[in-house]
Amino acid sequence: MINLTPQLTTQQLTDPMQPEPFRVKRVMKESYDTFTLEMEPVNSERLFTFAPGQFNMLYIFGVGEIPISISGDPNQPAMLVHTTRIVGAVTKAMSKLKTGDVLGVRGPFGTGWPVSAAKGCDVVLVAGGIGLAPLRPVLYQMLAHRDRYGKVVLLYGCRSPEDILFRKELEKWRARFDLEIFVTVDYGDSDWHGNVGVVTKLIPKAPFDALNTVAMVCGPEVMMRFTAIELQKRGVQGEAIALSMERNMKCAIGLCGHCQFGPTFICKDGPVFTYPQLQSWLAQWEI
Amino acid sequence: MTLNTNSSTKYVLESTDFQQLIDVLVGIGYRVIGPTFDHNAVIYDDITAVTDLPIGWTDEQDAATYRLSRRSDEAFFGYVIAPQSWKKFLYPSQVRLWQAALSNGSFEILPDSEKPEPMAFIGVRSCELHAIAIQDRVFIEGEYVDPTYHAHRENLFIVAVNCGQAGGTCFCTSVNTGPKVEAGYDLALTEVIDHETHYFVVEVGTERGQHVLEQLPVRTADKREAKLPKTITDQAAHQIKRHLNTDGIKELLYTNSENPRWDEIATRCLTCANCTMVCPTCFCTTVEDVSDLTGQQAERIRKWDSCFTMDFSYIHGGSVRYTSKSRYRQWMTHKLATWIDQFGTLGCVGCGRCITWCPVGIDITAELEAIRQTKAKGETIKEGSDENIG
Repeated sequence: MINLTPQLTTQQLTDPMQPEPFRVKRVMKESYDTFTLEMEPVNSERLFTFAPGQFNMLYIFGVGEIPISISGDPNQPAMLVHTTRIVGAVTKAMSKLKTGDVLGVRGPFGTGWPVSAAKGCDVVLVAGGIGLAPLRPVLYQMLAHRDRYGKVVLLYGCRSPEDILFRKELEKWRARFDLEIFVTVDYGDSDWHGNVGVVTKLIPKAPFDALNTVAMVCGPEVMMRFTAIELQKRGVQGEAIALSMERNMKCAIGLCGHCQFGPTFICKDGPVFTYPQLQSWLAQWEI
Repeated sequence: MTLNTNSSTKYVLESTDFQQLIDVLVGIGYRVIGPTFDHNAVIYDDITAVTDLPIGWTDEQDAATYRLSRRSDEAFFGYVIAPQSWKKFLYPSQVRLWQAALSNGSFEILPDSEKPEPMAFIGVRSCELHAIAIQDRVFIEGEYVDPTYHAHRENLFIVAVNCGQAGGTCFCTSVNTGPKVEAGYDLALTEVIDHETHYFVVEVGTERGQHVLEQLPVRTADKREAKLPKTITDQAAHQIKRHLNTDGIKELLYTNSENPRWDEIATRCLTCANCTMVCPTCFCTTVEDVSDLTGQQAERIRKWDSCFTMDFSYIHGGSVRYTSKSRYRQWMTHKLATWIDQFGTLGCVGCGRCITWCPVGIDITAELEAIRQTKAKGETIKEGSDENIG
């Protein structure tokens, strides 16, 4: 049996509640409501080492602070990369940042994806919408060590062709022979010739050996729940499925209480969990 | 004065000498905090004199009921428990975490690292000692330490006082947290008033307690007096009317998320958050990031928060717990079930404050029992079951 019990990788931070200033080096518009920030520390030469799946608390001066997962390449720790969608006051303020602006960073926090445990296995990444962002570091990691894994498959669902995240990168990766990418949208347009429908519909046909597969799933809760069910129907073991959860967070160190999901604190016990850790809670309302 | 240092030895401090206990603690450098009579309630606050204590007052508590009334004697600690717990001193309701200032196109964080003065609490009840021990697990004994709580807690001197009577909402006997203090104190007092005498039986819990005791005009308790802490707390225990049935409590709540009783509670619960504010173990906080009018200065304030608010579970798109039944369920399930998985203990010490201060008198002991009784009607989801598959 594959053991995906998340490893705690948070390093000891001197004061975990104190943001460190980072300067924006580059802003990239990904779609009409998503963007990526590349940033470097202002006062140090700190290399931002992190495990794929971990998150930071990003602070906009005087506005507020929110948890955002890291979307960059773990092998390039000189640059911290975050991709997010404009949904509230802080992300809106963040979307207006320009090169040279400064924001606060606390982190990295939480558990990472089971990248090491997946060695020797086929890997299926299932992403919904902005859920692709926390999975991108996994792809970087796996492509850097491609020989360690069997088939690597990305199943990606989003609302419309306009919402496709990292489009150029996906097209580049799609041209590789060692990476299978399937995209589906909820509703297409006249130029769309791809799949239409929910991402779970891609699972039955996707090319992987279910009995030797590790799955990593990130998206809306209901999508993750049904993805896990669909993967199990294909024969993937529940223990071989990892999910990344999202909740309101104020501290990121398990003290503010906001991110509780059943007995877990998403910030420190997660955000990456194995499916059996969450299964009974995912099926309940308003947890 | 030379004292027998056998730790099981008990001593007697006359009520007329009680001022000296306060004076000795002040002399050592403690900020002394104890019960006071304030706005017709017992409020834990700074004290300097015996006359600050709520002498001759008692409290009548019941669901949604709290009032003080006169006692027939001049007891110093003749009430049961104050509305607010000691957590307001150990984990203040509002703390500035840091200030920040813009400079040279960046910002600088200036941490607030003021060292709090050491505190001495006088009048901590057994359930409250347990509540402090539970918050120790949350804030000190976990993966991350909360520096504010730790700084307040590490030099804390505790004078516990045994309960001579039970309140109308107490249920410490159900959760093994009282009424007799057993551990976690420096000194423990039992107040004794009979006929013309008024004195305290003193027990020593630590070397620090011993050090303070040695500066007090105490005498060794005789055999009869030494038995009084047990006799008096036994009497209090017998007065307790409420009971929380903890049998299989975690599994009960883990399998009853769909119990119809939650809907029934939601018709009464106002989601006012009173229960979480008065609870001595509730620890949730939020942060507020604010800036001045010029936008040059900013600060982060941490405040007590409550799982009963809509904001508490807000993520983009709305609140996760948007119904009052899910918020009550979260609170009670956390106190009585998930807390066990998180911290290896119940999150409830049976102090009864949530019952007293619920404006509509919702009683956690009665609601748990109602869930137990209506269990059969609810749809249950077994932990780790595969019934949703296929």
